[in-house]
Amino acid sequence: MTEVKSNNGNKQRTIYICQGTGCVSGKAFEITEALKKAVAEQGLQGVNTDFTGCHGFCEQGPVAIVEPEGIFYACVTVADVPEIVDSHLRDGKPVERLFYKDPVSGEAIPHHKDIKFYNMQQRIILRNCGRLNPERIEDYMATGGYESLKKCLKEMTPEQVIEEVKRSGLRGRGGAGFPTGMKWEFLRNAVGEPKYMICNADEGDPGAFMDRSTMEGDPHTVLEGMIIAAYATGSSEGYIYIRAEYPLAVKRVRLAIQQSEEKGFLGDNIMDSDFSFQLHVKEGAGAFVCGEETALMASIEGKRGMPRSRPPFPATSGLWGKPSNINNVKSLATVPVIIARGADWYSSIGTEKSKGTCVFALTGKIANSGLIEVPMGIPLREIIYEIGGGIPGNKNFKAVQTGGPSGGCLPESYLDQSVDYESLAAAGSMMGSGGMVVLDEETCMIDIARYFLSFTQAESCGKCVPCRVGTKQMLDILERICRGEGRHEDIDLLQELGKQITAGSLCQLGQTAPNPVLTTLRYFRDEYEAHINENRCPALFCANLISFYILPDKCQGCGICLRNCPTEAIVGDKRMVHVINQEKCVKCGTCLEVCPERFSAVVKVSAEEVDVPSEPIPVTAEKPQTST
Amino acid sequence: MEKINLTINGQEIEATKGMTVLEAAQSADVYIPTLCHYPDLEPYGGCRLCIVEIENMRGLLTACTTPATEGMHVTTESPAINEVRRMTLELMLSTHPCDCLECHRRERCGPYDVCLRHVAVTDRCVVCPSNGTCELQKVVDYMVVRELRVSKDTKSVPVDISNPFFDIDRNRCILCARCVRACQEITGVGAIDMAYRGYAMKVATFGDTPLMDSICRSCGECMVRCPVGALTPKETFHPEREVKTICPYCGVGCQMYLGVKNEQVVCIRGDEEGPANHGRLCVKGRFGIAEFVNHPERLTTPLVRKNGQLEEASWEEALAAVAGKLGNYKGDEVAVISSAKSTNEDNYVMQKFVRAVLGTNNIDHCARL
Ligand SMILES: Cc1cc2nc3c(=O)[nH]c(=O)nc-3n(C[C@H](O)[C@H](O)[C@H](O)COP(=O)(O)O)c2cc1C
Ligand code: SF4
Ligand code: SF4
Ligand code: SF4
Ligand code: SF4
Repeated sequence: MTEVKSNNGNKQRTIYICQGTGCVSGKAFEITEALKKAVAEQGLQGVNTDFTGCHGFCEQGPVAIVEPEGIFYACVTVADVPEIVDSHLRDGKPVERLFYKDPVSGEAIPHHKDIKFYNMQQRIILRNCGRLNPERIEDYMATGGYESLKKCLKEMTPEQVIEEVKRSGLRGRGGAGFPTGMKWEFLRNAVGEPKYMICNADEGDPGAFMDRSTMEGDPHTVLEGMIIAAYATGSSEGYIYIRAEYPLAVKRVRLAIQQSEEKGFLGDNIMDSDFSFQLHVKEGAGAFVCGEETALMASIEGKRGMPRSRPPFPATSGLWGKPSNINNVKSLATVPVIIARGADWYSSIGTEKSKGTCVFALTGKIANSGLIEVPMGIPLREIIYEIGGGIPGNKNFKAVQTGGPSGGCLPESYLDQSVDYESLAAAGSMMGSGGMVVLDEETCMIDIARYFLSFTQAESCGKCVPCRVGTKQMLDILERICRGEGRHEDIDLLQELGKQITAGSLCQLGQTAPNPVLTTLRYFRDEYEAHINENRCPALFCANLISFYILPDKCQGCGICLRNCPTEAIVGDKRMVHVINQEKCVKCGTCLEVCPERFSAVVKVSAEEVDVPSEPIPVTAEKPQTST
Repeated sequence: MEKINLTINGQEIEATKGMTVLEAAQSADVYIPTLCHYPDLEPYGGCRLCIVEIENMRGLLTACTTPATEGMHVTTESPAINEVRRMTLELMLSTHPCDCLECHRRERCGPYDVCLRHVAVTDRCVVCPSNGTCELQKVVDYMVVRELRVSKDTKSVPVDISNPFFDIDRNRCILCARCVRACQEITGVGAIDMAYRGYAMKVATFGDTPLMDSICRSCGECMVRCPVGALTPKETFHPEREVKTICPYCGVGCQMYLGVKNEQVVCIRGDEEGPANHGRLCVKGRFGIAEFVNHPERLTTPLVRKNGQLEEASWEEALAAVAGKLGNYKGDEVAVISSAKSTNEDNYVMQKFVRAVLGTNNIDHCARL
């Protein structure tokens, strides 16, 4: 660990503010402006204010890094700006109160590289995110950018490029994990002109933002990967399909295309070769299903975004009936690194069948949520407890949901499971788009299955019967189980529906939509049974199945709950034991929250009778000792 | 045309290259249930009933979208296929109003019979115009579905009766998209499309207006392809016999069958064998024949004006009258108006006659008036 020098006032310094969407929503633009202004007002020499794309640690946003020391500031506000400028940028004394604090030890960590969230990651796809200004092609070129393209054009045949990507073991990061090199080869060998190369930047999974961060933080790596792919496959035209809800990504990719064209990396006769490639941006209208490759191509053609059956595959008949290939942002962002460092280097990372790194959007009941990139094969436990910092509030781990809305929920026994395509699939889940939601003991697994299914159900395109009608039927069943109206045959029916929808749906949306239900049925069947057979929600979550009671031997009659109850369901008086009118109670839990901890008189139960008086009675409980 | 050989259910089959698996099966009389497929429309793969197993191909594939290839081994019935098909069909039925579908008495029930299963009168198959011709009924019978494991969830939205010739009852629609594809692929109009997503999906015009307020041409190509009773003519007839003829409205020469009952034309059907129209008709041919043919004031013989009065005459008489008078005029003294209802050939001969024999360019055509 380098010492934090406190007396290097005249040193050259650059403060980089993160301008990823997360930090921008936390006023990163305003912070940047305030910093610029303050630095200018103070007339500080050698101090630069710059910005980068997303660092991934959105939990702590807006974040800033001061280089060359590598000091990392978390949760910066405009109000912090004067102190940062005066103390650190002018006097060389870092502002300790803005250091990141380890959620477990509580220790303040000044340097970016010492933060566990970062130092356990291995960043290939996100290598430049947060490290360079995404709106300057020169920054990208200074890190060796577009050298891989040059290498391909000057030293390699398209076949050699394909061979290199094949040997690297790179598999598609859009979810299905199909070998990228093979897809390129199909297109190279396909008959028909022109050939299209498409980048899938639709990213419709709720909670996933890795593609957005890559485009916002390092757009040129996506372009370089795409140009290399076009060269290898013989494509003359390309599209980047970006959802319109990503205006910053659209803006930065457009700017990057313009800069790339000006430098001669895109357009006619790239780098004076006879290879030409025209690249367009197409904005999607935000339907999840438009991320599916055939629906995406229909959408580019201006048709309703609905998948179609394959075969014929896009390589033979894709966009406008021409041979096409479609790759995810991350797959393409990896390509320049593979070309630069070699297939052998890349394939040394990861497991036997899953090479390289994967990016996850870590969220849910986890201390450090954010975007992480880890080598394939890392155990779930390491992601959750080391990088993620564990579960806050001393709660117990219950399950982790991977793969986005159509992924599965894995229980504790799978924590030592390696994270790779095969292992996750074998457990009934999937890699998918890289969503990772951590659930704790307070999560009802039926409710969570209902939540994910409600997304896929609403996003079904409607074309085919099993998905359109089947997911609705499953959702209705889950909803009635959560309401406490489950029927005995429901578990079998869910299982049967799930099985047939998986087998019978046209595209992977329908084929995978039952996954959250099927995996929770597999690993948490007892919770389903408790709901249906005992009217009990073990997680004490489902409103219809829980009750709140005020314990007569604990209640001090303080009246806080009575004053806070939104439905006036609580009766009581001074020094009288309060009583909840169960008819009026809407199970909001406010009383439980507000009842002073030293009394802890309110309990939440499910399918349990608690002996309480029907009317307020005088308080008998002794005043608890007020410790301290 | 190049032939290919494949095996369906163990049976060797010769098919034509370019056929789908479904077409190959149909050409060999192997039945595969389907509701969204229609011979002259692009494959859709939405109803999922035609799923089959194909050796060396992953999962269950829709026969209607999968190209048949040399040496393919196809299985059209298996426990796995039937399980999926049955569930798919049950799901489809859960949104379709006719509870009679699952009833073994369906064919024996009349409209006024007492239903022992308490199916509402309005939900009975007997009140649906497509009863008996409904393709969903056929598939249900083939699959022998007698009970639904899933809950019924039908809707009751108003029927769009804005079009003077046919109605859209979306409550009965199974969203096969045949109508949408017909309107786009056959007529090239694109008046209707699928709107909204998922469970809310429905056939709609631009802006979800009544059909009559859209660019619909009322040709009814959508209607004839609807497998169920969702798109139906205002009145349904079951003719006693059919008479093959050519549409009298214009020179295209669309072939059609007139449905006849009690010696009246009651309905029209396009003739799929007709080389000019392949079964397709426009609004006039499809909906405008019966009323016009049956009209009491329709002329059935030529009329010749005698002493200021139009009187019925024979063709010989009428032609003689015209020929006799034409001789009195020369060149631009005459003008001739021909009819759009005549064939192209007749119109051609007419203009030739006018220009070459009568010696004038004063020839026009009623379609331009
Ligand atoms: C419903 C659905 C949504 C999808 N959404 C995306 C997406 O947002 N981004 C993506 O890259 N792939 C998505 N895919 C996967 C694509 O169809 C396709 O497999 C992928 O873009 C191929 O790229 P890859 O080989 O680089 O992974 C989706 C698939 C389905 C079925
Ligand atoms: S599975 Fe769902 S999303 Fe996919 S085509 Fe069928 S209805 Fe559309
Ligand atoms: S749970 Fe909410 S509604 Fe019920 S008694 Fe407590 S505060 Fe009132
Ligand atoms: S009647 Fe003809 S134009 Fe109108 S919706 Fe049907 S197919 Fe289209
Ligand atoms: S109206 Fe008829 S043809 Fe059109 S989608 Fe519905 S069922 Fe199919």
